[in-house]
Amino acid sequence: MSALVSRGLEKSFDALRVTRDVNLDVEPGERRLIIGPNGAGKTTLFNLICGEIRPDRGSVTLFDRELTRVPSRRRAHLGLSRTYQIITLFPRDTLLRNVMLSLLGLDRLRWSPFVSLGAQRHLAESARRALDRVGLLHLADRPMAHTSYGERRRVEIAMALAQNPKLLLLDEPFAGLSIDERGDVQKLLNAIPRDVTIVMIEHNMDVALEFAERISVMHFGEVVVEGTRAEVVANPRTKEIYLGE
Amino acid sequence: MTGRWLGLVLALVALAALPAWMPGTYYVNVSSQILIYAVFALGINVLAGYGGLVSLGHAGLFGIACYAVAVSLAAGAGHLAAILVGLAVTLLGTAVFAALSLRTTGIGFLMITLALGQILWGLAYRWIGVTNGDNGLTVASRPAPFGFSLETATAFYYATLLTFLLGVLAMAVFANSPFGASLAGTRDQPRRMTALGYNVWMIRFYACMFSGLLSGIAGILFVYYNQFISPQSLSLTASAEVVLMVIAGGTGTLMGPIVGAALVVVMKNVASAYIERWNFLLGAIFVAIVIFMPEGLVPGTVRLLRWAMRSLAGKAVPAGGDGGR
Repeated sequence: MSALVSRGLEKSFDALRVTRDVNLDVEPGERRLIIGPNGAGKTTLFNLICGEIRPDRGSVTLFDRELTRVPSRRRAHLGLSRTYQIITLFPRDTLLRNVMLSLLGLDRLRWSPFVSLGAQRHLAESARRALDRVGLLHLADRPMAHTSYGERRRVEIAMALAQNPKLLLLDEPFAGLSIDERGDVQKLLNAIPRDVTIVMIEHNMDVALEFAERISVMHFGEVVVEGTRAEVVANPRTKEIYLGE
Repeated sequence: MTGRWLGLVLALVALAALPAWMPGTYYVNVSSQILIYAVFALGINVLAGYGGLVSLGHAGLFGIACYAVAVSLAAGAGHLAAILVGLAVTLLGTAVFAALSLRTTGIGFLMITLALGQILWGLAYRWIGVTNGDNGLTVASRPAPFGFSLETATAFYYATLLTFLLGVLAMAVFANSPFGASLAGTRDQPRRMTALGYNVWMIRFYACMFSGLLSGIAGILFVYYNQFISPQSLSLTASAEVVLMVIAGGTGTLMGPIVGAALVVVMKNVASAYIERWNFLLGAIFVAIVIFMPEGLVPGTVRLLRWAMRSLAGKAVPAGGDGGR
């Protein structure tokens, strides 16, 4: 059983074909890296996997469960979490409340208008544990607006991890981080247990290649090279895409 | 007892004793109007403040409740039955309203609600067989719950006050609830909320229903207060006026819509007696609020008070707080 399978995923925006016949097989516990130049269709592929956009053709399967027609919101309940290339958090709330909102998303309590959210100790405790995991527990009560970019990146990851996902999609988690911050996030990702499968888009090759076990190279919406680090780095097509002929 | 609880107790005592210290019946009636519009503004605030969805058609929902009660009473129903019909028809109307308008957000939502409000206004104006058109409908009497007649200004004020307090309590519980947090999340990051597992459309739909319920309750109080309803109460101006109350007081706050309602009703009923061009004055006040307190009177006043305290104390006051929520 594969963690994630995509077959013949295609998406066009009018005349522009953004992904073409994308086939992926990601094994449980695998660390998969997706690389490619800007505009290669990587984030669109994530959006197709998450259900944020519907594919024109093809299918997505999560642990043998067909997801193609499952609404985006349901996929979170089936164990699919993601982070965004452009940070999307709740700026008016504290870090704790951001993570609590993440936990609430999978809790039936989210529909309740009669109880106090502040009184839900089990949510607050779980949120604190998630913040502790990313080293931000000491900032739990700080408003999101008063945090650094690197801290927000880690809150994004905390929110995703708080949902105990089976498959975690990370869209450029190192983007915009300083060298120190990159080291922190790298340690954090390395500490994620193997029961979580990770697919990551990243441009920063220093950290990304070290993290990945298998790599898929996308170009003009297609997966053109796939293999282990050594295979992908040695492939002339990779060099051609990144360095030109 | 903290300052907040002390303030709440003092406010309750002042509201309960209001008919005793008001100079006359007229001012008791103005107070009832403030409370009615405050309930209506709280309803608008559910969507505008917590959901980020500004509606310009809620006077239509308010009007549905008014007409449903007036028509039911004219058809021979008792007050309780008329009120229940009023609430049921308003909720049904709100469900249709929400199903149509929640196809979009932002300016699209604003325009669809405006159009729906205008349709309801047109119906009230032209469906003469039911609404009596421009002449409106009268309501012969007010209810007498548990034998207490609401015919006097003071009795009606207390009934309105009780309803208002229940509305404020419901809003306070809602705002701090998981559902309230979910709604605020859909306002700030709908895409992220979907990815987190929330059904954004359904959350907004339920919020519309709650908003419609409060608008309907305000409408029922209004039709019994005036004992009359005409299409003017469903007009675009009526909707815009309540949105302005919410914006002036402070969107997304509990006290803001109440303060905004008080401001507008006092200007319309009290200041207009002394100042011929009271509309100009009201407009100038709105402009001043937008310039000096763009977040609204309540959060703006809280901000200024904090600044004043910092200046007086000469040291930092802890950040955070709820800005009057």
